[in-house]
Amino acid sequence: MIDSFLQQILVGFFVGSIAGVLGSLMIIKRMALVSGPLGHLALPGVALSLVYNFNMFLGALLSILAGSIVIWILKIISKLHLEVLVGIIFASFVALGFLFLPMEHAEEALVGNILKINLSDLLISFLVWLIGLFVLWKIYSKMILLGISEELAKNEEIHPKKYYLIYLILIALICALSVKIIGILLTAALTILPAVFANNLSRNINQYFIISFLGGGIGTSLGILLSKFFSLPAGPLIILIFATLFVISLIFKRK
Amino acid sequence: MEKILEVKNLTVKLDNEIIIDNLSFEIEKKEVFCILGPNGAGKTTLFKALLGLIPFSGKIKWKEGIRIGYLPERLSKMHFSNIPMTVKDFFFIKTKELSKIQEYLKQVGLNPSQILNKNPSQLSGGQFQRFLIAWVFISEPQVLLLDEPTTNVDVSGENFLFNFLAQERDKRNLTILLITHDLDIVYGFATKVLCLYKKALCWGIPRDVLTPQLLEKLYGTKLKFYIHKHD
Repeated sequence: MIDSFLQQILVGFFVGSIAGVLGSLMIIKRMALVSGPLGHLALPGVALSLVYNFNMFLGALLSILAGSIVIWILKIISKLHLEVLVGIIFASFVALGFLFLPMEHAEEALVGNILKINLSDLLISFLVWLIGLFVLWKIYSKMILLGISEELAKNEEIHPKKYYLIYLILIALICALSVKIIGILLTAALTILPAVFANNLSRNINQYFIISFLGGGIGTSLGILLSKFFSLPAGPLIILIFATLFVISLIFKRK
Repeated sequence: MEKILEVKNLTVKLDNEIIIDNLSFEIEKKEVFCILGPNGAGKTTLFKALLGLIPFSGKIKWKEGIRIGYLPERLSKMHFSNIPMTVKDFFFIKTKELSKIQEYLKQVGLNPSQILNKNPSQLSGGQFQRFLIAWVFISEPQVLLLDEPTTNVDVSGENFLFNFLAQERDKRNLTILLITHDLDIVYGFATKVLCLYKKALCWGIPRDVLTPQLLEKLYGTKLKFYIHKHD
């Protein structure tokens, strides 16, 4: 058996590294807040998993998928702007989640609890890491072209809907996996912060990918390590580490 | 001459508003086809329909297997400024052959070793335009769609572009579709002109069809306007 502390460190690296790369594409597209609402959509599922004692990742993922489908259907029948619908659904899901959420577990749902990480989380996050890394490596420069100009991309036979769908599925998986590590409140920060400091430090695409990847992974693992050391919750520590790295990266910012 | 494009009864609606209304025209190989019209006349929409980027009704028929290069409107240095990407990275999206990239950069008068590792947003306005042109040409297009390509460049950049296009057109029978507001370019460079305001207000050889009356109708105002005699 793998030691539970080692499990936490590894899950942190797997989830944080993919989150970092996803974030590096997110800040280019100026969709920086996508993973925020997606994380919040997880709350009803997280609450149910705590009440009925099943895997939190599964609850979170199903809940995010259900929320996304509801938004998608409402978008088709209501013709309202996506931002409005996302606002409505995400608030409703948070409200719904709090109806079920046992209050003694509130902190765990909001900022995470790494002690709950188990062997199945390790296996799932390793699988998502492998697939995510492969897919992102394949689509990375194409996603960047989409970020620069959708029309140029379309002329290169890069179909935005297909790529955005792949991208959103990966985000949903990572949001669901990150609930135990940092909770539903801070998922957006886990994707955005490593990407912003990678953006400051990188001079070309390869560096950008690698720094986001390693920065996200190592920063998350480091947060978990420090939480053990200082007996503080890991989620907030991880975010503070990234915030510190971001401030330091400002000194080296690309002109 | 060989027909490159046939457009028949093209209608484009966006949000229930008719942007292009029953438009028909044809383009032959090696033509320089200018599209003239005021803002909101549907010029960019026409390009997007031709490229299959938006839904339309009617017929758009390109010659089979033709390679189309496209330079969208208002693609500026700003689009690259928040992305850690070099000129080389941007070419790598299309090809990883460094020698080919260098060759195309040289063709547009750029020094590869000077710019390959720079971010495109660090180039000067003129360099940036040449870089984009090289990027479009590296796919060896047979048809080129250029949407107001001289918006962000000065006179020398404009001169370079049209000299380069003329040279490439002769060298490899390139067909060019060009959206512009510049009547000088239409008279000096275009073999055909389409005046667009939802419908085709004129279509033909610039000197035959562009009358002061027509331009007034097209733009809704009297223009200062001279016919340049080049012969």
